[in-house]
Amino acid sequence: MLRYTLLRVLGAIPTLLLVVVLAFLMVHAAPGGPFDDERVLPVDVAANIQAAYHLDEPLPAQFARYLSGLLHGDLGPSYRYRDYTVAELIRSGFPLSLRLGVLAMALALLVGISSGIVAALRQGSMLDRMVMFFAVTGISIPVFVVAPLLVLLFAVNLQWLPAGWSGASGAAKYILPVITLALPQIAYIARLTRASMIDVLGTDFIRTARAQGLGTKVIIRVHAFKPAIMPVLSYLGPAIAAILTGSVVVEEVFGIPGLGQFFVRGALNRDYTLVLGIVIFYATLIIALNLAVDLLYGVIDPRVRQR
Amino acid sequence: MSLLEVKHLNIRYNDVAVVNGVSFKVSRGESVGIVGESGSGKSQTALSLLGLLPGNAKLTGSIIFDGEELANKSNKKLDRVRGRRIGIVFQDPMQALNPYLRIGQQLRLVLLQHELANNKDADAKVIAMLQRVGLPDPERQFRAYPHELSGGMRQRVMIASALICEPDLLIADEPTTALDVTVQAQILDLLEELRDDTALLLITHDLGIVAGRCERLLVLEAGKLIESGATTSVFSSPENPHTRKLLAAALRTDRGEIQEPNNGKTVLGVEGASVSFRNAAKDQLVAVADVSLSLRKGETLAIVGESGSGKSSLVRALLGLIPMRAGRAVYAGEALEGPVQSRAASQRRDLQLVFQDPVSALNPSLRVSAIVGEPLLVHQAKLSRAGRSERVIAILKKVGLDESYLRRYPHQLSGGQAQRVAIARALILEPKILICDEAVNALDGTVRQQVLELLKNVQRESGLSIIFISHDLAVVRSISHRVAVMYLGRLVEIADTAKLFSKPSHPYTKALLDASPVPDPRVAPVRAPLRGETPSPLTPPSGCAFHPRCAFAANICVEKKPALRDADGSRVACHRVDEIDLRISMPGVKTTASPGR
Ligand SMILES: Nc1ncnc2c1ncn2[C@@H]1O[C@H](COP(=O)(O)OP(=O)(O)OP(=O)(O)O)[C@@H](O)[C@H]1O
Ligand code: SF4
Ligand SMILES: [Mg+2]
Repeated sequence: MLRYTLLRVLGAIPTLLLVVVLAFLMVHAAPGGPFDDERVLPVDVAANIQAAYHLDEPLPAQFARYLSGLLHGDLGPSYRYRDYTVAELIRSGFPLSLRLGVLAMALALLVGISSGIVAALRQGSMLDRMVMFFAVTGISIPVFVVAPLLVLLFAVNLQWLPAGWSGASGAAKYILPVITLALPQIAYIARLTRASMIDVLGTDFIRTARAQGLGTKVIIRVHAFKPAIMPVLSYLGPAIAAILTGSVVVEEVFGIPGLGQFFVRGALNRDYTLVLGIVIFYATLIIALNLAVDLLYGVIDPRVRQR
Repeated sequence: MSLLEVKHLNIRYNDVAVVNGVSFKVSRGESVGIVGESGSGKSQTALSLLGLLPGNAKLTGSIIFDGEELANKSNKKLDRVRGRRIGIVFQDPMQALNPYLRIGQQLRLVLLQHELANNKDADAKVIAMLQRVGLPDPERQFRAYPHELSGGMRQRVMIASALICEPDLLIADEPTTALDVTVQAQILDLLEELRDDTALLLITHDLGIVAGRCERLLVLEAGKLIESGATTSVFSSPENPHTRKLLAAALRTDRGEIQEPNNGKTVLGVEGASVSFRNAAKDQLVAVADVSLSLRKGETLAIVGESGSGKSSLVRALLGLIPMRAGRAVYAGEALEGPVQSRAASQRRDLQLVFQDPVSALNPSLRVSAIVGEPLLVHQAKLSRAGRSERVIAILKKVGLDESYLRRYPHQLSGGQAQRVAIARALILEPKILICDEAVNALDGTVRQQVLELLKNVQRESGLSIIFISHDLAVVRSISHRVAVMYLGRLVEIADTAKLFSKPSHPYTKALLDASPVPDPRVAPVRAPLRGETPSPLTPPSGCAFHPRCAFAANICVEKKPALRDADGSRVACHRVDEIDLRISMPGVKTTASPGR
């Protein structure tokens, strides 16, 4: 297991390097530069600024400089928020995004798994059909459609919840963003859980458990739960990635000053280093979490543990 | 009052009755066998007793257990009977135990559910039960997961879970079908030993199993109860013609016609063949070690052995489907070497293979005519369409299928018909050697009988040589001229069929024979003919690989590998073959089975 973990960690390094190269190239391939403003700068001033940020060097040299900084944990200065480094910006925006993401993930798992199980137990019933209807719609409607609809209904019409972030107080302001973020994941997880629970309930070992007179509650809780959530576990990686990307949109829509907002601003302003820094930060996070999920697999399934 | 009384039991799926008006009784402490061919409704009957049928099954009739109606009752009510008063053991212990839960926990749950233990003493009770079913080191196995145990050990756990509440009735549905024959004997002994005054309902397709172990028999055919009575009288004077057919098809290891030895010239010689594999962890697994044998023209050579003995690996290497690591094989004066694609067309034509599972071996999207005719397209491309069709019809006729089968697809065939098609396909190129790998294993007794007759007829007509792989000694006895016995990749004995069955020379051969159930209630089963289970081929024992299970093992057996040598009409690999007397059964070493892998 230890060996396996080590190998996996080492194996992640090339992936990460590839992400850095691709992100670097993509950001630099975008037309325009960070200092192209409406106000045209005098030529010598522009050249000075370019030189100060080494933007006048050839691309490979810039990349080498960036990479060596990266290896020292330095993501460089922001081109736009002139007094801050990228690391400082990430540190200021990430905690909020993290809180949103964790809440959304927790909600998605809780609601998704339990409704999936209930649907599987009542296969074919009205309840099952409702869950499935919701799951299909939840998966097919994108976040940027759901968010305004929810705001319209709960904030504008019913006025139960605050519409925006600034000005609103307490936990209430989290509710709509978290639900928006979680909704597609709830739908997907519910569907996964239902399908796999139905499979598990049809296995011979569940038949054995029934033949032993264990009640449905014990059967679900002790015998069926672990095997049934294995597919959900392997979906956790993609789910985390989806929530991270979803948070970019959600933060923008609700005006939440998280990392997603920095990312959008950075992209609009061609703040190379900021965009690049966030992409690399998120990529590292996703790779690390995927690794954690894989190891979790081994914890739950004794047959995998033997590797 | 009977313990169980089933009256007019009917089970239907979408208006097809799979069990039809079955009525029977089981008294306290009695052992009753339910026999019948595949699909006759045995399992459905068993499942219905505990209300375990799938949701779309419709059940009518009545199931009275100890005065209480169980048919169509709620789960809540049934849960008081399930596991507590009626225990059940299923066929495949790998599937029937939860791979995610420790063995101990799976048993604990049962005790706690039925309030026969509390949190404090449950563990001790479970460990005591594991001890009773013969699990070595029960404290350790308590914490093991099912995949860490061997097949036999898992089935012991299954039995422990069914008996832990001391039920009044134990249902065992093909409890040993997934196990090796020597382990089967241990498990059947264990069931008998442990059940005390628990009544037993033993379900099986194998008449040999019920013959010596059940007091009464019920015979099912197509969902109907066609015969019932005391085991001895059902065997001695069956009333129903179908029962008679079943009994006639039940082969035995102790009597029946044997093929005379055949002295044709050698067509295939194998010398020092070895096959090895590497698993994911790069451990070397020696599947076949240094096997030499020869096959004569017109002869059937059987290869027998339990799972992991290397039977299939040996023939696969001969056919070039997997590489042979050492040794050589010579067919018609020329070496058989390299992968099958690179072999001469004549070699590929002359050696043909028939697999175990006929249905999955046939391409489901082709009609029988195309399946059987396909080899002709490859090997006799010049043959006209009409010529091909003529050949296909002729060969199908030979295997007993008329022209009406030409246009059928595999799913429209029964198991026996599908196996005939597979054999026809293998025979159409008129091969010199036919290799049958457990080819009749999946077939019912009566159908199996027909396929065996078919093979014998073809052999008589065309001088075909057959290598017949099987783990079933009764089948082997009826078809082969000579028998080779393998254990953990090595040949341990090879002899003429008559000699091997009447006077086995190797202790393992003797144990296999003793463990094979005889379908005759007058022949008492040999108790615990062999202890333990076959060790993993990854870690074969030193010296004679059989020594941990052999009652005659001496120091030399641990130190030195025995070579094959002539002894008393056999070729035998045993150091002590001249000293030991196998006429008496092996000293009944009690089931102190060796630990699972
Ligand atoms: N869920 C189901 N739906 C429809 N038919 C079924 C179902 N389960 C079993 N059957 C049918 O019921 C009949 C009896 O099946 P059963 O499993 O009892 O046979 P069996 O005697 O135990 O056979 P085997 O020796 O192969 O185990 C078969 O024809 C089978 O195809
Ligand atoms: S060599 Fe020894 S251990 Fe092997 S079969 Fe003969 S007596 Fe038994
Ligand atoms: Mg069955």
